[in-house]
Amino acid sequence: MQEAHDSFVFARYLFMAMIVASIIILTGVIITLGPLNISVAEAYQALIDRFYPNYFEVEPLTSRVVWNIRFPRIVGGILAGFGLGACGCVMQAVLKNPLASPFTLGISAGAQFGISIAAVLGISLVGGPYVLIGNAFFFALLCSGFIIGLSAIKGATSETLILAGIAVNYFFSAMSQLFHYFATDEQLRLMTSWGMGDLASFSWAKIPLILGVFAVCMPLLMLKAWDLNIMTAGDETAKSIGVNANRVRVYIMLVSSLVVATVVCFTGTIGFIGLVAPHMARMILGGDHRFLIPASGILGAVVLVAADAVAMNIVAPTVIPTGIMTSVIGVPFFMYLMLKGKRREFWA
Amino acid sequence: MMIQLQAKGIEFGYSSSTILKDVSFEIGPSRLVTIVGPNGSGKSTLIKCIDRILSPEKGSILIDRREVTKMDRMEIARNLSYVPQSSARTFSSNVFDTVLMGRRPHIGWLSSSDDEEKVWEVLRLLGIEELAMSGFGELSGGQQQKVLIARALVQETKVMLLDEPTSNLDIWHQLDVMNIVRDLVKKRRMTALMALHDLNLASKYSDGIIMMKRGRIMAAGDPASVLTPENIEAIYNVEVAVRSQSEEPFIVPIRQIKSNGSRPSPNPRGRFFAHGKMRSRLPRSLSEIKEIRLS
Repeated sequence: MQEAHDSFVFARYLFMAMIVASIIILTGVIITLGPLNISVAEAYQALIDRFYPNYFEVEPLTSRVVWNIRFPRIVGGILAGFGLGACGCVMQAVLKNPLASPFTLGISAGAQFGISIAAVLGISLVGGPYVLIGNAFFFALLCSGFIIGLSAIKGATSETLILAGIAVNYFFSAMSQLFHYFATDEQLRLMTSWGMGDLASFSWAKIPLILGVFAVCMPLLMLKAWDLNIMTAGDETAKSIGVNANRVRVYIMLVSSLVVATVVCFTGTIGFIGLVAPHMARMILGGDHRFLIPASGILGAVVLVAADAVAMNIVAPTVIPTGIMTSVIGVPFFMYLMLKGKRREFWA
Repeated sequence: MMIQLQAKGIEFGYSSSTILKDVSFEIGPSRLVTIVGPNGSGKSTLIKCIDRILSPEKGSILIDRREVTKMDRMEIARNLSYVPQSSARTFSSNVFDTVLMGRRPHIGWLSSSDDEEKVWEVLRLLGIEELAMSGFGELSGGQQQKVLIARALVQETKVMLLDEPTSNLDIWHQLDVMNIVRDLVKKRRMTALMALHDLNLASKYSDGIIMMKRGRIMAAGDPASVLTPENIEAIYNVEVAVRSQSEEPFIVPIRQIKSNGSRPSPNPRGRFFAHGKMRSRLPRSLSEIKEIRLS
């Protein structure tokens, strides 16, 4: 039996390696898609050329298209997918609810409200190119901050958090709809397209900001992986094994809210990823969050990047919003896993 | 006499209702003590207060004469383990990972091969090694209970608290679980405090019994002195015959004296004190408890 366990642990590492490899392969393939013909080899050469100049002969136009247009969008997609997947995973664990997602605490509704205020009333917290992003970020955090504060006072049980999240979601959604009622056609289009979710706003200038937030927050989430394993067994059990469930819940909510607000303010509401990527990872890897958090992140990145590539090219030159395509592509794959995965661990 | 677990004047309640009132006892090492009493008597609440899952309003709990309230949660988990009645999990994990959780108070982020070996050792000890890769949710009630005991065992504590561990099990698994706990108590010199409904199981396996009603200890001592017809009638409102079965009392219920549902009986205390024989066994203070110390 110990051999079976050892091979299961090896399989977990193997799966992690496979999904990392799939991201690298997917990146090379997706770069080739677009009006300018680029082969997969040329795509990788253009990427490597930046670090080892003159090692390969790369056309300047190819290099510009890869580095200035196609690659930043893919990197943005990887970061957004990773953030949503990883945060969905930890939220499901602390809320003990398989339907929880990064948006359970009303983050998307808050961000949408911020966008509506900026679009309709012209009120924004920051100026320049960050008018919408700044508002979305602030109101997303305001929403989750309110819920976390409320639950900290009332006792941060999963039920309190979910109920408060639903209530705040409804409130801010209603407020946004009120703005829809008064908005001009152009304002309405802006608000609607943001709500569908898109990766178009990513550029190299914005990626360091996201990377910085991830560099701080992801290790903080990983630090609590053991506690999350235990919390899925219930708060009483968690306490008896030494985990202060309510404190961990507030900690996880604070950190993941910061990550999700950072992602959402750039991408808009991209649903499905944060809900389903953790379930995909859980069906394949089992319940150990030391593997689940990064695997949910990477699977989220794979699904989002793949969906974005399809969204951009399926009826080119028209670009379908990424948020729509994530569901169209992800749901059949998820259903396949549900039907195939009679056992929780595929390897067993 | 060495005392492993000591409770002094524990009180607990929810806003308007008192659940535990002045509960005190002492238990020595290598002792299996059961708490019995009707539904709502405070058995599970007492277990949870001792493990600090619930915070008592008053009183102190000592392990090896060290105050539990002054320990942080990890330190409590290194001294006290808890086996719940059942464990409904939101997301299932396999048996090995479930048991490995019990090592949390002893490890950081990474589990060592030593921790994993301890898990295998306990799985072998309880005869569930072959279930290691099965999902926890796929197991029968008896198997799940063994896994929960295994998780508590790898915590390597001196005191194990069990909250009605046999309540969902058939008679074979009830005996199996009780045998496991009794063997662990003797072999590992642990103290086990267990809430239990079945008086005959309590009689057969316990070194000492605490009998509770309405949040108070009404009688405590060895099974023969606690499980008397008078005590059972006063606590449960059930007339019983108690036969001696190889020195252990064996309880045969005869009839209900009156409804023992959630409604309080008209004058239970009056009736309770009406039995002169019982009265002498009522522990009203810590000094009286010490006379029936369970060490």
